[in-house]
Amino acid sequence: MKKEIMLGNAAVARGLYEAGCQVISSYPGTPSTEITEEAALYPELYCEWAPNEKVAAEVAIGASIAGARSFCAMKHVGLNVAADPLFTASYTGVNGGMVLAVADDPGMHSSQNEQDSRHYAQAAKVPMLEPSDSEECKEFARMAYDLSEQFDTPVILRLSTRVSHSQSMVEWKQPKAQKLKEYRKDPQKYVMMPAMAKQRHVVVEKRMQDLRNYTEECPFNRVEKVASSSIGVITSGVAYEYVKEVLGESVNILKLGLVNPLPEKLIKDFSKGLDTVYVIEELDDIIETFCKKIGVSVVGKEVFPWTGEYSQTMLKEKLLHKQEKHFTYPEQLPARPPVMCAGCPHRGLFFVLHELGLTVSGDIGCYTLGAQPPLAAIDTTICMGASVSGLHGFNKARGAKSEKNTVAVIGDSTFAHSGITGLVNIVYNRSNSTVIILDNSITGMTGHQQNPTTGYTIRNEPTTAIDMAALCHAVGIKRVTVIDPNHVKELKELIQQEVAAEEPSVIICRRPCALLKQVKHNPPVHVDTNRCRMCKACFKVGCPAIVKGDGAASIDTTLCVGCGLCTPLCPFGAISEPEEALK
Amino acid sequence: MKDCTNIMIVGVGGQGTLLASRILGHLFLENGFDVKISEVHGMSQRGGSVVTYVKYGKKVYSPTVEQGEADLILAFEGLEAARALPYLSLEGKLITNTQRIDPMPVITGAAVYPQQIMETIRKQGCNLYAFDALSLAEQAGSSKTVNVVLIGYLSNFLPFEESQWLDSIANCVKPQYVEMNQKAFFLGKNAGIPVK
Repeated sequence: MKKEIMLGNAAVARGLYEAGCQVISSYPGTPSTEITEEAALYPELYCEWAPNEKVAAEVAIGASIAGARSFCAMKHVGLNVAADPLFTASYTGVNGGMVLAVADDPGMHSSQNEQDSRHYAQAAKVPMLEPSDSEECKEFARMAYDLSEQFDTPVILRLSTRVSHSQSMVEWKQPKAQKLKEYRKDPQKYVMMPAMAKQRHVVVEKRMQDLRNYTEECPFNRVEKVASSSIGVITSGVAYEYVKEVLGESVNILKLGLVNPLPEKLIKDFSKGLDTVYVIEELDDIIETFCKKIGVSVVGKEVFPWTGEYSQTMLKEKLLHKQEKHFTYPEQLPARPPVMCAGCPHRGLFFVLHELGLTVSGDIGCYTLGAQPPLAAIDTTICMGASVSGLHGFNKARGAKSEKNTVAVIGDSTFAHSGITGLVNIVYNRSNSTVIILDNSITGMTGHQQNPTTGYTIRNEPTTAIDMAALCHAVGIKRVTVIDPNHVKELKELIQQEVAAEEPSVIICRRPCALLKQVKHNPPVHVDTNRCRMCKACFKVGCPAIVKGDGAASIDTTLCVGCGLCTPLCPFGAISEPEEALK
Repeated sequence: MKDCTNIMIVGVGGQGTLLASRILGHLFLENGFDVKISEVHGMSQRGGSVVTYVKYGKKVYSPTVEQGEADLILAFEGLEAARALPYLSLEGKLITNTQRIDPMPVITGAAVYPQQIMETIRKQGCNLYAFDALSLAEQAGSSKTVNVVLIGYLSNFLPFEESQWLDSIANCVKPQYVEMNQKAFFLGKNAGIPVK
């Protein structure tokens, strides 16, 4: 059949399609997002964005019990959120096959930590597959369903940024339509009360033993034998590609595709007679520890790093003691960090927060960029939803005075994900905290996904949008105000008033993301060079469209969307009003 | 010995580097090569530095290009060209647009945009091909075609027919933009038949 060059994530989606997957529920998170976006392009597949990963996993579990092949995807930290259902779904097992994809982010290109998801497969006692390229992404996703149904278990498909976001060749196969399996009431299997769960735990342990036998000869693991070499490498995932790039056919390689459980006999047989066996795995020492446990002597983390992405350069250095000669630029170069876009609705808010000097409990999203200079307004970022609950804790620790100097900021999607429970806690346990919801009508950072507050589904069908103001009222917040964050003066007064209030409050800053197609832009503003004194007041908003010209500030007209935020900042009136530019 | 060609595309988020990698990927695929393309999404797209690796050959393993490994670098901006310099192989070719886009630390005054970047790069002894691709793009009809202008210039260094390049471009852009992009391709291709 057809061969295509596909993104790893798109290949996973293709695998779901070929496997006849029927129900897909995910929460976006880099680098996993495109799996579900791509899956939504197959009209045969039911797809949705869930409010968070726990909900997504539970939807997939429910669909599986109902007899469908089901799927959910998330980034590594999303699996922390979905861990609760996962651990017990391991006990219930499946009816229709169920696959959970988790994308790790070694090197933290777009994440707050570098955790290794393989620990979850071990802890939850479920099999985990790890592809190395797009072809394997497709094939492993497809084959995961047979594995899931054969062993009556959810299967985790572990990806990493380089696998998810690299494109390589994929050979398409004919999709296999799946009939919905019969649903039979079976409380012994699906009602996990202690009496039943005790029985199921025994089943889980038996299943792990069966999987250990299976993994010795399964199609996911492969030995590449080189008779002339006494060196062996055990590896998995994208690390395999780096090993092949550097060592080619010169060493023996055991490539593991099923990374939980690991194959004891296969590893022992592979290592027999070899002088040195290296374990080359990104992040933690999962394979290495297993080898040592079964008495196979290997070289691992004493040589290869615990942190960051692996690369052919690192392997060349560590294995061949060779460094590629290269040019260097003789001066230090200024960094180019990501910034809030021109016209970003968050900019006005962070400008005000910076001016007010408040302590800001931050969250996960585009607005985390508000921590960067020149706005530098965010004090903390931990995980989804932690802005709201963390602020409450901060204020409980530091008392009533702290409530007057602190706010939480959280996006619309993040609020629906896990901010609302923190807000319930603020009301219930009586802190006069101020929460600011940044409602830009979309999930921004991951590339514009709909969410429960936007009024549209993943396929842009209209649906009911959460009325966030009404929701805040309903949990007991009496002071809820909606404001356009580009009205900087009013916003500043409002924030001052709300932090001073002797009760909890919510401010909803509502203005859509400037990158949304339906957002109408004004013509760019312009700088009157006769009036500009180069005082740099306008640079304080950190807008990429305001640049240094010849002796005056200048507007990059390809970027400026005429939001007008900078206009009142100029003490000399040198920046035109957007309306004036219209004339 | 070398059976894989390593290309690196660098620029600033929003400059259209992704289309450039798509055109290359399509071209190599159509000509029967193994191809890998790697880029990082997410944070880096918000006006930050963007890097895409495109590799093709009989068999490609690692999706990334490391320091000293790039046969060709296509840089969309001067500072990013300088940043990518260590990735160039000693015999490699660095093709760059001379455009300057100030990063935020420069705008806020926390850092200074390096002076005479091109001269400094050249002094390191590499094969540098620097030209004003932005003006040519505007000449083609839109500053957005800067990616295809650069692709046009790059085409002088890769063993493919002109018609194959044009097919690949036609396959990767919307039908209404094919003509403008083909114009951009030729403007780039003929932008002073590469002299050092």
